[in-house]
Amino acid sequence: MFDKTLAELAGGLAAGDFSSLELTESCLSRIKSQDAAYNSFITVTEELALGQARAADSLRAAGKAGMFTGLPLAHKDIFCTQGVRTSCASRMLDNFIAPYDATLVRKFNEAGAVTLGKTNMDEFAMGSSNESSFYGPSRNPWDTDRVPGGSSGGSAAAIAARLVPAATGTDTGGSIRQPAALCGITGLKPTYGRVSRYGMIAFASSLDQAGPMARTAEDAALMLKVMAGFDPMDSTCVEQDVPDYSASLNDSLEGLRIGLPKEYFADNLNPAIAEQVQNAVREFEKLGATVKEISLPNTALAVPAYYIIAPAEASTNLSRFDGVRYGYRCDNPVDLEDLYKRSRGEGFGDEVKRRIMVGTYALSAGYYDAYYRKAQQARRLIQQDFIQALSEVDVIMGPTTPQPAFRIGEKTSDPVQMYMEDIYTLALNLAGLPGMSVPCGQVQGLPVGLQIIGNYFAEAKLLNVAHRFQQATDWHTQAPASIKG
Amino acid sequence: MEWETVIGLEIHVQLATKTKIFSGSSTAFGAEPNTQASAVDLALPGTLPVFNENALRMAVMFGLAIDAEIGKRSVFERKNYFYPDLPKGYQTTQLAEPVVGRGHVDIELADGRTQRVRIHHAHLEEDAGKSLHEDFHGMTGIDLNRAGTPLIEIVTEPDMRTAEQAVAFARKLHSLVTSLGICDGNMAEGSLRFDVNVSVRPKGTETLGTRTETKNLNSFRFMEEAIELEVERQIEVIEGGGEIRQETRLYNGDTKVARAMRSKEEANDYRYFPCPDLLPIVIDDAYIEAVRASLPILPAQWKATFIEQYGLSDYDASVLSSNNVQAAYFDQVARRCGDGKLAANWVMGELARLLNQHDTDIKASPVSAEQLGGLLERIKDDTISGNIAKKVFEAMWLDGGTADEIIEAKGLKQVTDSGAIEGIVDQVIASSDKQVEQYKAAEPDKRGKMLGFFMGQVMKASGGKANPGAVTGILKQKLDALCD
Repeated sequence: MFDKTLAELAGGLAAGDFSSLELTESCLSRIKSQDAAYNSFITVTEELALGQARAADSLRAAGKAGMFTGLPLAHKDIFCTQGVRTSCASRMLDNFIAPYDATLVRKFNEAGAVTLGKTNMDEFAMGSSNESSFYGPSRNPWDTDRVPGGSSGGSAAAIAARLVPAATGTDTGGSIRQPAALCGITGLKPTYGRVSRYGMIAFASSLDQAGPMARTAEDAALMLKVMAGFDPMDSTCVEQDVPDYSASLNDSLEGLRIGLPKEYFADNLNPAIAEQVQNAVREFEKLGATVKEISLPNTALAVPAYYIIAPAEASTNLSRFDGVRYGYRCDNPVDLEDLYKRSRGEGFGDEVKRRIMVGTYALSAGYYDAYYRKAQQARRLIQQDFIQALSEVDVIMGPTTPQPAFRIGEKTSDPVQMYMEDIYTLALNLAGLPGMSVPCGQVQGLPVGLQIIGNYFAEAKLLNVAHRFQQATDWHTQAPASIKG
Repeated sequence: MEWETVIGLEIHVQLATKTKIFSGSSTAFGAEPNTQASAVDLALPGTLPVFNENALRMAVMFGLAIDAEIGKRSVFERKNYFYPDLPKGYQTTQLAEPVVGRGHVDIELADGRTQRVRIHHAHLEEDAGKSLHEDFHGMTGIDLNRAGTPLIEIVTEPDMRTAEQAVAFARKLHSLVTSLGICDGNMAEGSLRFDVNVSVRPKGTETLGTRTETKNLNSFRFMEEAIELEVERQIEVIEGGGEIRQETRLYNGDTKVARAMRSKEEANDYRYFPCPDLLPIVIDDAYIEAVRASLPILPAQWKATFIEQYGLSDYDASVLSSNNVQAAYFDQVARRCGDGKLAANWVMGELARLLNQHDTDIKASPVSAEQLGGLLERIKDDTISGNIAKKVFEAMWLDGGTADEIIEAKGLKQVTDSGAIEGIVDQVIASSDKQVEQYKAAEPDKRGKMLGFFMGQVMKASGGKANPGAVTGILKQKLDALCD
């Protein structure tokens, strides 16, 4: 049962092959017996899950089951879940029990989903390796000495290890796509504004976007249908109809125009990964697509622009964690300043502090024009690159990451090297465009991700392209050798 | 050396919306601490702001009322600083692109001149919570009920030169925002709070002196006192060879003492930047015109009407138009009695006196405009004299009733019957030999002034009911007859 996709499990529940309670118990038992090796969960919500599973079974017995009723999944620990610790993988929120559900969580609950728990992540989603978690790093099931990527590393590891069929993630600069690539699963970052951010703890508000992580594009389509849509509680959420993403999965790719940005195949890229990506592209040609080289000339601006804008927003988003109303408070503060300094000094980890300092600096009087304003200008140039390119091609393809999963500890001493992990992913967040990562090969036994980028609100097209690829290939069905039945 | 004072104001006006600017919590004053603070107001992780469109409408109303440019695109920014009653660690406000641009407010000075105060801009923002330092031994309590109450902050140009002008402006602004219905005007509850920027310079020079800002003055009197005290202090410092430091000051209206709070060097770098959680507010002409059409009659319009239609003086018209309730009240009295000047004298005289004496305002007046108009009508048609009318008015204030009912019940109807008046006049002349002799001895052109004594006697003898016009005529006729 653990090797089934959401779509297969939905079929089994509908056919009465097993109940949601049986399915949930099986997942919980796998998490309990195996997650010590992956550390992919921060909190397992056994009671909640069993209750939801029973309710789902009753609903099904009453003939009121929907597509998602009784399907188990996990939420990244960045989403507020009522009555459950929502830590953001930070000491700052280790004691924080959310008093409300994020809109995305509520939507899954209303659809009848079963919440197995909250997955590990980089602290406040700041990182590309899951090593900044207060709860220790999550490990890559393909090689537990390696990182699963980040920040949604726990979600990716749990799916790759077949502990859960699917999980939610968030992507600010690649935090869904990069761990999906490193763990050999499928992840989608939707268009900015497609999914509500209400109840999702903010890292960089203008870049953050929640999305589905699963084994297949077909499952991602099922999840996105639940997640997407307007939310009056989020002013940046776009009021636009949500299509039936599953309906167009099998559309023909005949005549699909694929662009390959030459900048994404330059020096930084591991040649073995380049080869796998090229192989994938040839697969699309067999499916009737046409391929051409394109240029995204401002690609080099993405990393510097991102590492101004994201920390700038983060530096003020994280001001609310001050030890006054909730979260970590230092012992015996002598005065207000001491309360602030020690609560924040002790509550936040190094990477979070680094970004708060960078962001504070970038917004400071006298530096704002040189950094923040310039970065916003670069952001517009990057966006224009994509708009121009997407007027000539339907989708853009390239590698998700320049390297496969690296070893735990390998890049922690050099933040800039860590930041370069995201060179192919974070431009999309700056542009607000949707992107996917799907498994497209392996390098030395480690998965490689193909990134597929589409136009605004073209999630259905991305899922269609990814699904047809997965119909023609079997990279997405391959499991790490380490996992046990 | 002679010094000139330069004053500019920043005014925080709490908008009278039912709910907060970025959340659905109530804005009502006086609830138990933290009972009107939602997840958004507490800045719980993951919460997001949603802008209250009503706050925008009110800000645009204000902008139109001061003839300002309306920002068709305005942008919320974050002003970052740490304080326990600022839950997010930043205030959401506007800086580079405010909703209201340049405008102006005209104030009337005591000498009858009008002065224009330019408004630099007005922007939307959220109020902070309150820190409660009493009641918690060695600790501070935080009440977030006020956090997120919508404000407009109005910033003037440094166009005022005396405390008196600043207070006149403040009163005018108070009258404007209450007339618009966008603020309840309750200064004691902090609905309207003034920050005053004060500097001095040698008279005749152009360069502005270093200014200080005295924050959070919540009464006109405190504002006047604070300005006068600060001007005195600055002149003393400069004349003593010192320099004014740019600083923020606090004035305690109870102890009449001001102190420095923080200097410019200690000031925060607020690191303003556009709030990524809120989209720019974009409005079009149709929106602006719809708001314009909804504006109530404003003080300036009332004033023009009063001058034109009732022939009031500029000063009277200004006073009566200063707030909407009073203006509407006066307008009704004037229409009812058909005499604007008489109505103005009564509304600003007797009515104001009794309201003041009973420490109430015109909204709570026990005498309605209809009642007062009815009373003045009886003065106009000579049923009663002005003096009798005051008695009727007092009776009306205490026990209610129409003028006619009170006049009837108390038998106050004026005596106009010339036979009855002649009788009284004869009696008075007969018993005032000395004064009659003086009258006869006087030059004919001085005699008019001497009638006053006889008038008084006649009115006294009639119990005030004799028609003064009729009495004057009869007295003059009879006395002049004696002189021949």
